[in-house]
Amino acid sequence: MTQPRTEAAPAATTEPDTGSATKEFARRQTPAQRIQHLLHAHPAISPALILVLTFAMFTLLNERFASPTTISLLLQQTAVIACLAVGQTLIILTAGIDLSVGAIAIVSMMVMAKVSIDHGAPGPLALLIGVATAVAAGGLNGFLVTKVKLPPFIVTLGSLSIFTAIALLYTGGQSVQQVDMAPLLSWTGEVIPLGAFPITTGILLVGVVYLVVGFALGQTAWGRHVYAVGDDAEAARLAGISVTRVLFSVYLAAGVIYGLAAWVLIGRAGAASPNGIVEANLESITAVVIGGTSLFGGRGGVVGTLLGAVIVQSFAVGLFLAGVDDQWRLFAVGVLVILAVSVDQWIRRVRA
Amino acid sequence: MTTIDNRPDLPSDAGPEGQPVLSARGLVKTFGRVVGLDGVDLDLHRGEVLAVIGDNGAGKSTLIKALTGAFVPDAGEITMDGDRVHFKRPQDARAAGIETVYQTLAVAPALDIASNLYLAREERKKGPLGSVFRMLDKKGMRERAEQAISDLGISTIQNMGVAVESLSGGQRQAVAVARAAAFGGRVVVLDEPTAALGVKESGQVLDLVKRLRDKGLGVILISHNMPHVWEVADRIHVQRLGRCAGVITPDSHTMSEGVAIMTGATQLSG
Repeated sequence: MTQPRTEAAPAATTEPDTGSATKEFARRQTPAQRIQHLLHAHPAISPALILVLTFAMFTLLNERFASPTTISLLLQQTAVIACLAVGQTLIILTAGIDLSVGAIAIVSMMVMAKVSIDHGAPGPLALLIGVATAVAAGGLNGFLVTKVKLPPFIVTLGSLSIFTAIALLYTGGQSVQQVDMAPLLSWTGEVIPLGAFPITTGILLVGVVYLVVGFALGQTAWGRHVYAVGDDAEAARLAGISVTRVLFSVYLAAGVIYGLAAWVLIGRAGAASPNGIVEANLESITAVVIGGTSLFGGRGGVVGTLLGAVIVQSFAVGLFLAGVDDQWRLFAVGVLVILAVSVDQWIRRVRA
Repeated sequence: MTTIDNRPDLPSDAGPEGQPVLSARGLVKTFGRVVGLDGVDLDLHRGEVLAVIGDNGAGKSTLIKALTGAFVPDAGEITMDGDRVHFKRPQDARAAGIETVYQTLAVAPALDIASNLYLAREERKKGPLGSVFRMLDKKGMRERAEQAISDLGISTIQNMGVAVESLSGGQRQAVAVARAAAFGGRVVVLDEPTAALGVKESGQVLDLVKRLRDKGLGVILISHNMPHVWEVADRIHVQRLGRCAGVITPDSHTMSEGVAIMTGATQLSG
């Protein structure tokens, strides 16, 4: 502060001091600001960029990475986490978080499998009961968040333990093999041969989940309301949105998605194990965050989440093919998460 | 002006002499032992700006909240165009044609302008896309939002697709006012619309207030800013200690006289 300035002072034409810099700032955008605005309008750009770089890097390290076989395998490995991450995206968009995502999927999966082998329920019924279990679990989270008004972090931290315990108590820690179940339950593991690029029906199912949720978020009033509630719940309420109903519907929808993920998981693993996917919580959150959805709610979407899930899995596959110690995957994912949140913070400060 | 929903036709003969569009009689609201409103009367006509001024705790907010459905008054009655109304929730008042622009603006910063204008009132596409798939008519809403904005003479906002958070304070206020104007069938209530704005932006918002009045809406303006009140108000309702200390006009009283009534230094006779 060398010289006093006033708000009304006309733009200085000759002196290149902070005064004219402020004027410039108000009038024209620097390249950095232009990028900031672009990312603000299209939050999926940064994960898309990271994915392209990731693919380029791993293909350079080992050209087998870009082969159809590897990419097919990559998608199969991504499917379950990518599916869970859709439900996680919905909840994070409302400025919440779901730590019980993996536990709900496992309870749902074990119910499907046990109902099938213990009670001989036909496939569709077992599937329905399993998904309904996941919806009920999501509903419990939603009830505690909306009616008891507890923070989502605490609610799902508690229900993580509860659902994990239920799954272990219910099954006695025993897995159920695919051959013992109704065939429909492992349908998601069926391979559709597309030459050198085989995909599973599970991948297709996850694709459908993405299309449906992407449409609901982007094209329906419900989607607008999810963003508005996550952005500023009080403003949404004053505008006439029933915040409680929107939040509750999000937790129920997440339950449905976790139930479908459980189905995909049986097909992928060839068994239902109460100890499966312990890493699902952090990996789903990681996929959402790397995908550009803000942990503070109100911005992001499922396109980014899909990219985020693929990026995380690319590191696993790519580093394996490059012969690098798997611990570097953890390291790289950690760096990406911090980078993604930093970019998000920067984008949120956008001003015209 | 463009009507976004089915606005009832405005009767042309209604003026300050006609039947008030919004009228309150003997409103009482207590909070425990604290008396928020102690028998307040208020009349608002079409095509007028009624300012409500008063010291902190005089009952301005309570009065407005009772009129907009945020509080249910303990006693008293509210009529709109002569019909008795009962508001239990803000949505009830909105359905009756009273739109409120809150001090906090109640906008979703990350959503674009059109989405904010239509927040909680989204319109769906025609045909099965809208009825079965519940698909939003984004293009139509954007066009009508643009029309509503330009009808109000807001020239600083061009692109309906930009996020509200990238707008300045005055532009955001304009979006909130435009939303109220577009949907407000009969009455628009503005709570401290200029409190957070600079001189130039305040002027623009005051112009908007005048334009709402010229379109035949009844406008209630709550403000602490006496020069702004004296600039736009047709009549001024002075609230003091839970009661109406009197209704004055910018011509009948000066600002300092108004402030004197507000603080109880002088009293209106009668």
